[in-house]
Amino acid sequence: MALIQPDPTFYPSAREAMLAPREEVAYVALLDTAGEGRPDALATIDLSDGSIVSVHDMSVPGDELHHFGWNVCSAALCPYAPHPHVERRYLILPGLRSSRIYVFDVKDDPWHPKLVKTIEPETIFKKTGYSRPHTVHCGTDAIYVSALGNVDGDAPGGVFTLDHDTFEPKGRWEANRGPQELHYDFWWHLGHDRMVTSEWGTPNQIEAGPSLDLLVGRKYGHRLHVWDLSKRKHLQEIDLGDQHQMALELRPAHDPNKTYGFVNTVINVEDLSANIFTWYLEGEVWKARKIITIPAEPAEADLLPEPLKQFGAVPPLVSDISLTLDDRILLVSCWGTGELKAYDVSDPFAPRETGSIRIGGIARRDSHPAAAGRALNGGPQMVEASRDGRRVYFTNSLYRSWDDVFYPDGISGWMAKVDIADDGSISLDPGFFVDFAADGRRAHQIRLQGGDSSSDSYCFS
Amino acid sequence: MDLTSALILAGLGAFHGLNPAMGWLFAVALGLQEHSRNGVLRALPPIVLGHAASVLVTLGLVSAASLAAPPKAISYGVAALVCGFGVWRLVRRRHPRWVGMKVTRWQLAGWSFLMATAHGAGLMVLPVALHSEHEGHMGHSAPGVPSGHDVAALASQSLLATGIHTLAMLAATTVLALLVYERLGVAVLRKAWFNLDFAWAVALIGAGAFAAFT
Repeated sequence: MALIQPDPTFYPSAREAMLAPREEVAYVALLDTAGEGRPDALATIDLSDGSIVSVHDMSVPGDELHHFGWNVCSAALCPYAPHPHVERRYLILPGLRSSRIYVFDVKDDPWHPKLVKTIEPETIFKKTGYSRPHTVHCGTDAIYVSALGNVDGDAPGGVFTLDHDTFEPKGRWEANRGPQELHYDFWWHLGHDRMVTSEWGTPNQIEAGPSLDLLVGRKYGHRLHVWDLSKRKHLQEIDLGDQHQMALELRPAHDPNKTYGFVNTVINVEDLSANIFTWYLEGEVWKARKIITIPAEPAEADLLPEPLKQFGAVPPLVSDISLTLDDRILLVSCWGTGELKAYDVSDPFAPRETGSIRIGGIARRDSHPAAAGRALNGGPQMVEASRDGRRVYFTNSLYRSWDDVFYPDGISGWMAKVDIADDGSISLDPGFFVDFAADGRRAHQIRLQGGDSSSDSYCFS
Repeated sequence: MDLTSALILAGLGAFHGLNPAMGWLFAVALGLQEHSRNGVLRALPPIVLGHAASVLVTLGLVSAASLAAPPKAISYGVAALVCGFGVWRLVRRRHPRWVGMKVTRWQLAGWSFLMATAHGAGLMVLPVALHSEHEGHMGHSAPGVPSGHDVAALASQSLLATGIHTLAMLAATTVLALLVYERLGVAVLRKAWFNLDFAWAVALIGAGAFAAFT
């Protein structure tokens, strides 16, 4: 049923979205640890005390739920294709391993999502030619989903769309993909009709676990691609340098007038560092510049998993970043070293580190104040900032076969929170710690009720 | 054209102008992009002209048909078309996708033409316009043998109807775009963007009924 007034969670601009009420519920994807047998799940967390309210199992095992998203968001207010009276009520959950997509309705009872539709892998294969759906973004005219590869698990990966009323796959998004082969994330500059996509690797390159050969051979992705969003055409490629393996999360400025954004590269094969680049428009040309380098940290070989012993160091493995809605604070997850960093990026070319906390980590195993003395594994990974830019929630699992390489003792799932102060410094909330050890599954993507800083995009400055 | 018809045409123009989906919101967004009121004002002519073109094409096509077919058939045909479109609008919500935020004037006019056509803006105006055209040329030559005089009369009536409608639409669109850009700010959308789909569909069905019963 259409609404009479716009959905109250839609905001014309990011600035106005910062005035949104505080979130009460978080939705968290839980991954089956063994990868066989138990289905994945969608958990709801009460953010007032960090308690697990409900855990809803998927219908079948083997999905590996990744970056789910909403059916619609503030982009519905965009003036060229407005549909402001559609409700934000469905979560679209893609199974990265199974290529199955679930649709959950959270309207009637936000604490107990209800499964209302399942799109089977065969439908995705047939309608789009893609497989391994990964990230969901609500667009101005459809729901956009990234896919890591074709039906055989090879290149090209790309983007397909779902109808935002029926959720039926509408087919491949690209009209002309140019030289683009590898795929990972995508997002856009709505004010400039540009899409940006990044590169991880094909399903066949990643599903068995990270390959040292591919890394040394620099075969994982290291490019960004810029597209014409309305003509669905590849415009330009930006090579970040092939030593920077795996260009992952794309965080364009939320202000649609701005023409820059941030992307993380996971590992530099020359020195094991992780890096953040700013992409930007100069004249008519899109460029990228390295703005942050986070070095590897030396560690005793005894503390390291097999592939890292020879290096005697822990790579930071920056796996996710999040940008507050005022385009001011960039949160950076160092999953390897167990650190969450905060940078003031008001000047996108001159970041200033404003804060850091430690938890987990391959060698350090730092504990949380709520479970003092308990060595934690995994590290800050999926990170999500609240709309007002005051609270940041994060979980500790990356991708099952990669978890098992870097944390071979088996990641025990948790979710934690930091508060951001006015000066951009961050502090762990000592009272907020969600422990998924009893459930046994691993926590991945977080979505906050009503929207968060990676769920919505805006057409008004 | 009588005063009542003119007022209805103007009322419908204002109604179309009020709808954010018909263009004033796009003008505001383009103004915000440029940080200038001129950006808002520059966007308005293409939007209004695109809308007017859609209405004129609809009126022109049906007027031309009315020269060749018996008046009753035209009345009922128009009634069925307009009502049917209204019912379709009730059950199905669609929006054309074509452009993005970077638009030329021609694209903006084209977008407005498409939006107006997809929403049936011309169809809503059609029964009233046709009624006044019919009044205007009653007692002239028999159907099927249009004289040059008939064609000229119909063309001028179509133009007049479109003109009245468009002026009212222009006024409503301009006032709203400037009011939101200068005073209210786009945050007002969160509360004040009422769902016009239902009212729009009802107006179409009403217009269709008008065509059948007059």
